[in-house]
Amino acid sequence: MPETVSRISIACRVNGEPRRAEAYPMARLLDVLREEMHLTGTKEGCGEGECGACAVLLNGAIVNSCLVPAIEADGADIRTIEGIARGDQLNAVQEAFLECGGAQCGICTPGMIIASVALLERHPHPSNAEIREGLAGNLCRCTGYQKIFVAVVRACESASEKGPAIR
Amino acid sequence: MEEKFFGHSVIRKEGREKVTGRARYVDDLAFPEMIHGVTVRSSIARGRIRGIRYGEGIPWSEFTIVTAADIPGKNEIALIEHDQPCLASEVINHPEEPIVLLAHPDRYLLEEARRAVQIDVEPLPAIFSMEDSIAKRAVIFGEDNVFKAYHLEKGDVDAAWAKADIIVEGEYRTAAQEQLYIENQGMIATANPADGVTIWGSLQCPYYVHKALVALFGLPAEKIRVIQAETGGGFGGKEEYPSIIAAHAALLAWKSGKRVKIIYDRAEDMVATTKRHPSRTRHRTGVTRDGKLVAMDIDFVIDGGAYATLSSVVLSRGTIHGAGPYFVPNLRVQARAVATNAPPHGAFRGFGAPQAIFAVERHMDQVARAVNLTPEEFRRRNFLRKGQTTATGQLVNEDVNFDALLDRAFRESDYHAKRERFARENPGATIKRGIGFASFMHGAGFTGSGEVYLASVVEVEATREGIVRVLAASTEIGQGANTIFSQIAADALGISYDRIEIARPDTGAVPNSGPTVASRTSMVVGHLVETAALGIKRQLVDSGLLCDACTEDEFVRACKRYIETRGPLRSRTQYEPPPGLQWNDKTYSGDAYGTYAWAVYVAEVAVDTVTFEARVTDFVAVQEIGKVIHPVLAAGQIEGGVAQAIGMALYENVVWRDGRMANGQMTNYIMPTAADIPPIRVFFEEQPYPFGPHGAKGIGELPMDGPAPAIVNAIENATGICVREIPATPEVMMEAMTEKAGALA
Repeated sequence: MPETVSRISIACRVNGEPRRAEAYPMARLLDVLREEMHLTGTKEGCGEGECGACAVLLNGAIVNSCLVPAIEADGADIRTIEGIARGDQLNAVQEAFLECGGAQCGICTPGMIIASVALLERHPHPSNAEIREGLAGNLCRCTGYQKIFVAVVRACESASEKGPAIR
Repeated sequence: MEEKFFGHSVIRKEGREKVTGRARYVDDLAFPEMIHGVTVRSSIARGRIRGIRYGEGIPWSEFTIVTAADIPGKNEIALIEHDQPCLASEVINHPEEPIVLLAHPDRYLLEEARRAVQIDVEPLPAIFSMEDSIAKRAVIFGEDNVFKAYHLEKGDVDAAWAKADIIVEGEYRTAAQEQLYIENQGMIATANPADGVTIWGSLQCPYYVHKALVALFGLPAEKIRVIQAETGGGFGGKEEYPSIIAAHAALLAWKSGKRVKIIYDRAEDMVATTKRHPSRTRHRTGVTRDGKLVAMDIDFVIDGGAYATLSSVVLSRGTIHGAGPYFVPNLRVQARAVATNAPPHGAFRGFGAPQAIFAVERHMDQVARAVNLTPEEFRRRNFLRKGQTTATGQLVNEDVNFDALLDRAFRESDYHAKRERFARENPGATIKRGIGFASFMHGAGFTGSGEVYLASVVEVEATREGIVRVLAASTEIGQGANTIFSQIAADALGISYDRIEIARPDTGAVPNSGPTVASRTSMVVGHLVETAALGIKRQLVDSGLLCDACTEDEFVRACKRYIETRGPLRSRTQYEPPPGLQWNDKTYSGDAYGTYAWAVYVAEVAVDTVTFEARVTDFVAVQEIGKVIHPVLAAGQIEGGVAQAIGMALYENVVWRDGRMANGQMTNYIMPTAADIPPIRVFFEEQPYPFGPHGAKGIGELPMDGPAPAIVNAIENATGICVREIPATPEVMMEAMTEKAGALA
């Protein structure tokens, strides 16, 4: 496949840092993040945009990075699970997942946390239906989702207490 | 012993790594000079290999190519039987049979190469259904296609029919189900004659993989080392299959001299790895007019696929759970695991019990109707009670109280009021609502003498700094093993939770505490952790360095003193069965399990009579599980199991085409999403089990057993349609509804 296409240079911001990578234009953003940038927190579950394990924020919008061609990352601002905590200071969503049992095996957790962060940015006080809808693109086989719902509610409660910690 | 951590929802031990994305799963591990491996498989279900052709346009000299001829030891995946080859060399028995392995640094080229290998096969007649297998339309295993048969007999069934006023018969079916852990399977291997074989991978049972590699390479046990990477879910799917991927990666590493990584993509994982055994259960039940069970005759068949793998053990659990939690004076269970030319079916949470319990709990509703009793009143007249005997003749010596479980489940679900309301509101409504329940049990730990044979070992060691490490082969796969072991060890020693470390399961460093399966890790291995931890304390006390009631600082100082003056501080414990357990493998009778978890689950459904879609709208799970070790983890186990079982009941449908899964994608194999799952309300009744840590029983599989029959019982309550197979997809519902309409016409 790559004989007629050559790699391009991609410049973007990832978790606030300027990053460069060489990749084929139609390479998956997921592979660029994991293999070129060694950001392995973003996971592959299905490779076809069904499970959400590879979710990242691309210019603030949640995307499945397995479906995003690398060329779209050029010039973009990308946030992955590695950029959700501030140093050792966990984000309120991460804290809530820990406290409420929102993570079991942990493989869907990075995507689920990204989706929760995106949800709370859209709806700082989501209803139950909005939580279900907001997380419906992220599959979890361990939790039955209940503890994840509780964690999202806990995260917005703690955000209201402490100010805008969600971001 | 003070319970400072036991019973409290402490933070998951490895939780911080998981929520920050720092936890390293097998595909996150990269090593210099590592190359990738892929598997070339059969495309037809059964045949004889005539040749292998390597197509043009691929620089084959750059590739490492492995066939059966490259295997240093035995060409088998050692498990129970020795019928499954690591790589097929002459005969193909299922359409995903591995035949050739390829490795190369470039994954894209590797994929092209995989497609360029052609396996020339002379087809042989294949069989794809349990019926064809039983009828011997082709004989593909032994003389009769039967991997294993059990015959369980209690009382005198043949004589008992005469005492029955009514006899009710029914046939029930469950389909294959994919475990669908979100982390696909994968392994990394290094292998060479000097150093032996080392494996890193996603797996539940390090010593299963170890055993398989010892046979495959013909190497001494100490030359094989298996290390578990962080594992993204298992549910049984990473019990036996990882041995195959480890074997393949190791063979490629052995031949190439390089480190080899094999990661399945979702499609390969779904089509090639194991699934839940499809089942067919026939019930014949004799009952008196006043609703007492007189006799049950159960014919239980599971589809094992092409090789024996774990089918005999899955069959065993289904056999034992087949009569449900009822006292049946006269019982016969005839059970068979049969061969078909599908990829082998395997371990999946519940392990035969969900299939058998679906059948019996659907059937009990039919029997209740036949004797004009409500489902609950009929069950109340037959619930197993203390002093009675189970299917295997095991005397129930715990205070099992199903009436209380049922009362609580009905109260929490508002069962009676809803049943009345739905009966009132349903006529004329397009969306009909219903409520149903199932009562059931799940035996914890290995069956019969299984735990005695396993003879599990756990070690605990303390460091000079007073850090206590638990050494066990039991794996953290999301269920919380790390956390629970830490809680147990911390309380045993009276020290803080943070002072406990769980060693990474590595066959080169930890003893064999048995496989992480069968709801045994908390109850059986947790008990060993407690005993081993107490052994550390005993050594410190006996050496005069510590008094019984000590502070944490005193403990830390004592560890230091002990190690400086006497050497390593370690304690090792081996499993001993609870006193009095008796099991007879020949007659299949006796104490099948040390204990059982008991439960009543209530499901509420809404069925759209235009689209035939059923949806679960509320769910109540009440169970007695001994003492709860960690309320959040325990509820998480139940909720996750219920969700998985909702998938089994309604959505998850493997479409088979000539033995091959035709819908091996998350796009068309549908598991429940956040939008599909109702509120799941979990309630625990606690009765300490004397031989579990602090009284805990196993719970991991229990929640897989009850939801499907509860949901389908609710569908019948809503619609009057008697669905006898799952998943109850709209197609199945429509057929059943049309049958009902036809019967009325």
